[in-house]
Amino acid sequence: MSKGHSLESDKTTIFRPKAASLVLIVGIILLVISICLSIILGVADINLATVIQGIFHFDSTSTAHQIVYRLRLPRALAATFIGASLAVSGAIMQGMTRNALASPSIMGVSSGAMFTVSIAFAFIPVVSNTVIMLFAFIGAGLGAALVFLIGALSKRGLTPMKLALAGTAISALLGSISTGIALRFDVAKDISFWYAGGVAGVQWINIKLLIPVAIAGLILAFFISKSITILSLGEDVAAGLGQKVGLIKLLGTIVVLLLTGAAVAVGGTIGFVGLVVPHIVRFIVGSDYRLIIPCSAVVGALLLVLSDVVARLIHPPFETPLGAITAIIGVPFFLYLARREGRGL
Amino acid sequence: MPSTKLSNRKLLMVSTILIVAIVFVFFLSLNMGTIKISPIEIIEAFTGKGSTQNFNILYNFRLPRSVIAILIGIGMAIAGAILQGVSRNSLADPGIIGINSGAGFAVILYIFFIQGSSFQAGSLSVYIMPFFALAGALVAAALIYIIAWKDGVTPVRLVLVGIGINAAFGALIIIFQLMMDPRDFTQATIWLSGSIWSASWSYVLALLPWILVLVPIAMFKFQSINLLQLGDNLAKGLGVSIERERGLLLLIAVGLSGACVSVGGGISFLGLLAPHLARMLVGPKHQRLLPVAALIGALLLLTSDIIAKSLMVGSEIPVGLVLSCLGAPYFIYLLIRE
Repeated sequence: MSKGHSLESDKTTIFRPKAASLVLIVGIILLVISICLSIILGVADINLATVIQGIFHFDSTSTAHQIVYRLRLPRALAATFIGASLAVSGAIMQGMTRNALASPSIMGVSSGAMFTVSIAFAFIPVVSNTVIMLFAFIGAGLGAALVFLIGALSKRGLTPMKLALAGTAISALLGSISTGIALRFDVAKDISFWYAGGVAGVQWINIKLLIPVAIAGLILAFFISKSITILSLGEDVAAGLGQKVGLIKLLGTIVVLLLTGAAVAVGGTIGFVGLVVPHIVRFIVGSDYRLIIPCSAVVGALLLVLSDVVARLIHPPFETPLGAITAIIGVPFFLYLARREGRGL
Repeated sequence: MPSTKLSNRKLLMVSTILIVAIVFVFFLSLNMGTIKISPIEIIEAFTGKGSTQNFNILYNFRLPRSVIAILIGIGMAIAGAILQGVSRNSLADPGIIGINSGAGFAVILYIFFIQGSSFQAGSLSVYIMPFFALAGALVAAALIYIIAWKDGVTPVRLVLVGIGINAAFGALIIIFQLMMDPRDFTQATIWLSGSIWSASWSYVLALLPWILVLVPIAMFKFQSINLLQLGDNLAKGLGVSIERERGLLLLIAVGLSGACVSVGGGISFLGLLAPHLARMLVGPKHQRLLPVAALIGALLLLTSDIIAKSLMVGSEIPVGLVLSCLGAPYFIYLLIRE
């Protein structure tokens, strides 16, 4: 990890509760506004009054109400929870591995999901939404577990370089097998649409599965946040301070799998949210994960809801893949970190 | 020096075995396919005594395909060896650091704007696509180099920045691919996975000059790579103008991988695997490593192509996928061991 990182330079944590409260309050206000925007804006013009009516006095004969209730509302909710999950998951990965580049998008998660989803599309005659979600969930876990395993097996652990390479290799392997299956069974475009789908086709059934898992993961994340802070000072320090390092790592891994699994299962591959958000938040609120985790949740949700609005407004009625929007925001940031990483390695 | 003599003998032995293996697999690849053609029939066909049907299959389909596999194998292996030498990172590969996806994006753009006609053999596209791919590879390489530059280019930054560039081009590829009609989409997927199905003599002609010009230059530059591998300070002390040599070598690697990708699509891991195996066989000196890597590259791609052809009857798997499935586990093994 680079010397510029506050965790490394002085072995103490920076704790800025005032800044964090500000981030939370402003963030939540902006989040509510952007959720409203997300419901109002789109190909069909719908005003705020109709939206409120649609939510509280749903009239199934009204097209506008139908659009609000069946399309826009689940979509906005999905973006909110996926954004929060990915950001918190990234924060925990970065804290646990002490690796600035750790995030769901380079930990093999999406290729793992793509792998299992391609199996579902190819071998299950009628794939329901729930089945795809379940398969994606398992696959996301599989991909992340493989990358973690490489880290556990290699001598010096997951240095940023090794993590990036391991993620790339796992992605190449699982991605190739999926592409092979996709071409053999002629489901390439279905898979790619799912893969890049973002939150466009989200239905209530997805939301009902997503929200409980995401909330459970977020609560657990907050619950272990203090231990993550101590772990981020180094395993030796954590053990010296009486922390059960093994237990914290296990809980952290469970949180990561719950959050990324749920997010990827509903949203496909939405890269870089989990990488960028924790860094921005850490810059503002300091290095204590009790503050980083709730703030990351809010900022991640905000970023993803806004990205989704952009994704559907760039080129209507065509939808730009959400993952591409977040990549365009995230890649320059990754490059910035890569330039910094070069120094400390 | 006796040790040099010994390694030269080893080089000779390894090369001979590899060449024999290539010739064997080459005939095997001519023989295999939906219609089996025996070695005797192959000889008969080329001496004008066999059936015209056999001659047509061999001359118009199987021969150019096998020749292309050999050329791409050589080109990618040399490109990989150069990248590994220049970045001083034995895990570098044109596919991993974004040069392939840069070329891929350029070709996807081309397919997107030409829609429908780009895969018809014999059309002008055969000659235009390589230039698009090359331009894309050059743009990617230039971006990687510029962004990684900060008082010089360190190997770690080069690779990490490459991975970032790879992600960026990956996102752009998906945006354009999803706007294609289903037929173009599938074709583009096959192309991006690395495939030499649509091989024809025009592709051979499009690729050959690149290999004939750039591979000898690379071989001639072996001393620069050897010196660059010692580390920047030592190389500088020995009088190498490192940035110029590094730039030139990168340019050769980009030219080779761009040309290969333009004909074979996004074949990954070949450039990683071949130099690695070569290093295990003949050691790290590039005067021996480069030719052996080239032979291994040709052998690997020919063999993968046979596997791709025969793995599933009726529908072929892109050869790049076979290579990734062989290469990625090996890569992971190297990653763990290093």
